[in-house]
Amino acid sequence: MRPRRWSFKRSPLDARSTREGVFFVGSQQIRLLIWLASGLLCGSLVLADELPTPSLERSRELIRMVRQDCGSCHGLTLRGGLGPALLPEALRDKPPAGLKYTILFGRPGTAMPPWKPFLSEAEADWIVAQLLRGFPEESK
Amino acid sequence: MTIPKTILFGWWMLLSLLLPLAWSGEPPLRGTGDLGVIIERSAGRILIVDTSGNNVIGRVDGLGDLSHASVVFSRDQRYAYVFGRDGGLSKVDILRGALEKRIVQGGNSIGGAISQDGRLVAVANYEPGGLKVFAADTLEPVADIPATYGDGKLSKVVGIADLPGDRFIYSLFDADQIWIADLRDPKSPKVEKFNGIGRAPYDGLVTPDGRYYLAGLFGEDGIALLDTWQPQRGIQRILASYGQGEQKLPVYKMPHLRGWAVAGHQVYLPAIGHHEVLVADTLSWKETARIPVRGQPVFVVARPDGRQVWLNFAFPDNGFVQVIDTLTGRIIQTLEPGKAVLHLEFTPRGEAVWVSARDDNRVVVYDTANFAKLAELPAASPSGIFFTSRAHRIGF
Repeated sequence: MRPRRWSFKRSPLDARSTREGVFFVGSQQIRLLIWLASGLLCGSLVLADELPTPSLERSRELIRMVRQDCGSCHGLTLRGGLGPALLPEALRDKPPAGLKYTILFGRPGTAMPPWKPFLSEAEADWIVAQLLRGFPEESK
Repeated sequence: MTIPKTILFGWWMLLSLLLPLAWSGEPPLRGTGDLGVIIERSAGRILIVDTSGNNVIGRVDGLGDLSHASVVFSRDQRYAYVFGRDGGLSKVDILRGALEKRIVQGGNSIGGAISQDGRLVAVANYEPGGLKVFAADTLEPVADIPATYGDGKLSKVVGIADLPGDRFIYSLFDADQIWIADLRDPKSPKVEKFNGIGRAPYDGLVTPDGRYYLAGLFGEDGIALLDTWQPQRGIQRILASYGQGEQKLPVYKMPHLRGWAVAGHQVYLPAIGHHEVLVADTLSWKETARIPVRGQPVFVVARPDGRQVWLNFAFPDNGFVQVIDTLTGRIIQTLEPGKAVLHLEFTPRGEAVWVSARDDNRVVVYDTANFAKLAELPAASPSGIFFTSRAHRIGF
C-alpha cells in the first residue's frame, strides 16, 4: 500500500520537517474523505469546551504522557525532533479535528502511531486544545 | 586537676596540623575509569556516579534541554561531552564535577561522536540538518558539513558513529543516504556519499571492530549494511524481514541501535513495531533467530562478555526489563525496575547493570549474575546512563 497523506495544509515549518515522496503521496479520494470527516468533526469540536475536562489526576497523567512519550519524538519542549514541532505557532493553521485524528489514529506512512488505545476522544480533544494554547509544563 | 602544659601544647600542635588538611578542599586523588554520568532529563542536570561504590558523587547543572541527551567521553576518561536536544554541547569535567564549557551549536540535535584520536567531537543535527565538528579541547568550531540533498534541502542527521581514521559515519533521515566524513585533515573534510540506501533511516550502528555500519530503516523493511573496509562494494540490503512487515504496527518509541547489539558473532536487533528481537549472524548477515519478548524493544544491549542481552521496551510496556541468555536464545529473567524504564548501561566488565526508571525517579543497580538489586539511587526523571568505559570503544 502506498503511504497516504492527511489533508493538512503544510506550513513552511511542517514542510521542512516532513519527508516528501516517502510519507506524503497524495490520494485525492482519501484527501476528500478526510476533509469531509474533519468538517464534520469541527462541528463537534466546537463543543469541546463543554466536554468534561479530565480529572486533575488524569490531566497530570496526560501532561506527563505528552511531555515525555510524545516528547521522545517531538522533543520534551515540543520544539520538534524526528517528529515536527507541536508549538501553537506550528499547529495554528491546521484544523483541530485533523490534529485530534492524528493523535487518535496516527498518520499512516509516517512514524506517528495511533494513541487511541490509551486515550478517549474527549482526552484527545483536550490535548489538542492544550497544544493550541501552549502545552502546560509538568508539575513537580 | 590541671592538664599538664605539655599535653595541651601537643593537642594544639595536632589540631593546627590537621585543620588545614580538612579545610583545604583538595579531594583525594582518584581515577575516572569507574565513573559515569546519568542524565536528569527535565532538570538539565547530570549526576556523576561511581560504579564501584554505587553512589552519586557529584551534580552538574545548567546543561539545557536534555531530552534525548547523549554523551561521549574523552579518551583520558576525564571529560564528558553532553549533547542536548536544544543543540547544546557541554564539556563537563567529571573529576572536578564542573561544567568546563558550553556552546549552543545548532537548533535541534540528536547526538554525537568523538574521533578515534580524541581530538574532534562531531554533533549530528536535525536543525539545521548536518554535521558540525568541534575541537575536543576548546569546543572551537572546526568543520561544518550541511546534509544537503535534492535542490538544496537539508536532511536530519541520525545514527552517527565514529569510524577508525578520524571519520564519522551517519545517515540522512530525509535523503535516504549514508555519508562518511573523513576529518583527517579537519580544514578540508572529505565526504563520501551513498545514495538510495532505503527509505527513512532512523538510527545506525558500527560493529565493535569498526568495520560494518548498519542503518535501520523506518520507511521500508530491511537494514542497510555498509562494509567500510570495502566501501566500493556499496550498500547491501540485509534482513529483508526486519521491519514493520506486511502488517505495519504502530511504533511508540523509535528503537536505538549501537555497537552494543553485537554479542560474539551475533547481532541482536530490536524489531520495529513487533514484540521481537531479531538475531543475525555477523559473518553471513543472515537471520538466525527471532526471540519473542514482552513489548516493542527500544534498547537491546549485550553484556560486555556477550553471554546476556538485556532489553527495555516502548510505552506501554516500559516498566519491564528482560534478559536473554545468548546460549539458549531464551528469556531468562523479567524485571520491573520501576515506571518508564528509559535506558540501561553495564559496568565496564558487566558484573552489574544500571537501569533508569524515569517516572519513579530512581536508578536501580542489578547484579547481572543473580539479578539481585544491589542499589537504588534517587534521580530526577533519569534517562540516559553513560559510563566512561565507552571512551575506549569504537562506535560509542
